[in-house]
Amino acid sequence: MRDRIRKLIAERKVVAVDVDTLTDTSDLYEAGLSSFASIQFMLALEDEFDIEFPERMLTRKTFVSIESIDRSIAELIGEQV
Amino acid sequence: MDAAPQTATPSAEGPIGAKAFLDQLFTAGVLTETGVDGLYGRSGDFEEVIERFEALVTRYAGADKAERIHFPPGMPRPMLEKSGYLKSFPQLAGCVHSFMGGEADHARLLQMLANGEDWTELQQATDVVLTPAACYPLYPTVAKRGPMPEGGVLFDLKSYCFRHEPSQDPARMQLFRMREYVRIGSPEEVRAFRESWLERGPELIRSLGLSCEIDLANDPFFGRAGKMLANNQRDQGLKFELLIPVANEKPTACLSFNYHQDHFGTLWGIQQADGAPAHSACVGFGLERVALALFRHHGMKVADWPQSVRAVLWG
Repeated sequence: MRDRIRKLIAERKVVAVDVDTLTDTSDLYEAGLSSFASIQFMLALEDEFDIEFPERMLTRKTFVSIESIDRSIAELIGEQV
Repeated sequence: MDAAPQTATPSAEGPIGAKAFLDQLFTAGVLTETGVDGLYGRSGDFEEVIERFEALVTRYAGADKAERIHFPPGMPRPMLEKSGYLKSFPQLAGCVHSFMGGEADHARLLQMLANGEDWTELQQATDVVLTPAACYPLYPTVAKRGPMPEGGVLFDLKSYCFRHEPSQDPARMQLFRMREYVRIGSPEEVRAFRESWLERGPELIRSLGLSCEIDLANDPFFGRAGKMLANNQRDQGLKFELLIPVANEKPTACLSFNYHQDHFGTLWGIQQADGAPAHSACVGFGLERVALALFRHHGMKVADWPQSVRAVLWG
């Protein structure tokens, strides 16, 4: 799942740096993720994984790193099962 | 002399509800109904209170030496389009439309009007939108001046602003005035500016015999995406409001203190002296809201307001 997230970050030019320079715990906001870009990214993640982030997850903390995104998506997919 | 009988002032304790307060304002002639919610005439007393309050704000800000610049309540449509306002607040924006047809269209328009049909389809969008916040036309103006001087800049703004949110809460008008100070400079400079107003704001309001509190806030961003913007804004402590109990259970935001980070600096290309994107912050005074708080707490007759309050405003 983390590879798919990385691929999306690269495709959508979500951050200002090369995605390969990011670790799973790198702060995406520090890497150039803006407020507006984070919304586009959130919608792209919903499309890619066929999920809908509930309001409680629509926070900076959810999208701060590849690891945190992975954790949130896993939780949502888990809920669907 | 402070001998006015207190009975002349209706009880201002506790929430009476927005609609009841609006009716009180109409009955007392402080506001005049127009038939559209959020669009009211203002009495001479109401206007004078706003003038006096503004003079008080200027006294508090005097030493800061701001450059005063006033824009009209309409601004260029392309400026609003670029500002990002439509991403965040499409529901509040107002675009001015006009008739641009020929004589045949005019005849059609009059016919539709006479038939009680919707004639507005014969109107087209102009280059003008209604200003949603006093500072919106400022940023491109500052950007055009080139890199800022060392130490940044400070502006004193005022405009009628439009927000499409018809309501019978007098504190939520569709057309209202906003006085603003906008600081543009380094992150340290603009944060220090905001801190100074977070201290001065409550002091100023309390000097008018009004109770208030400062609280973390967020803008009413549109939709689910907006929920995320709002959460981001709160998480980062970018917006604070000064709240005064007026007519509702919840107190009313009368001043706001906003740190935009480098959002407008990057968007419009405003540079600090060293070429880095400028940061900005503003303090906004909702002039009608402050006036409404004063009328609510001190009564509908300005002459009967407590001497201490009159002394601060009329000096």
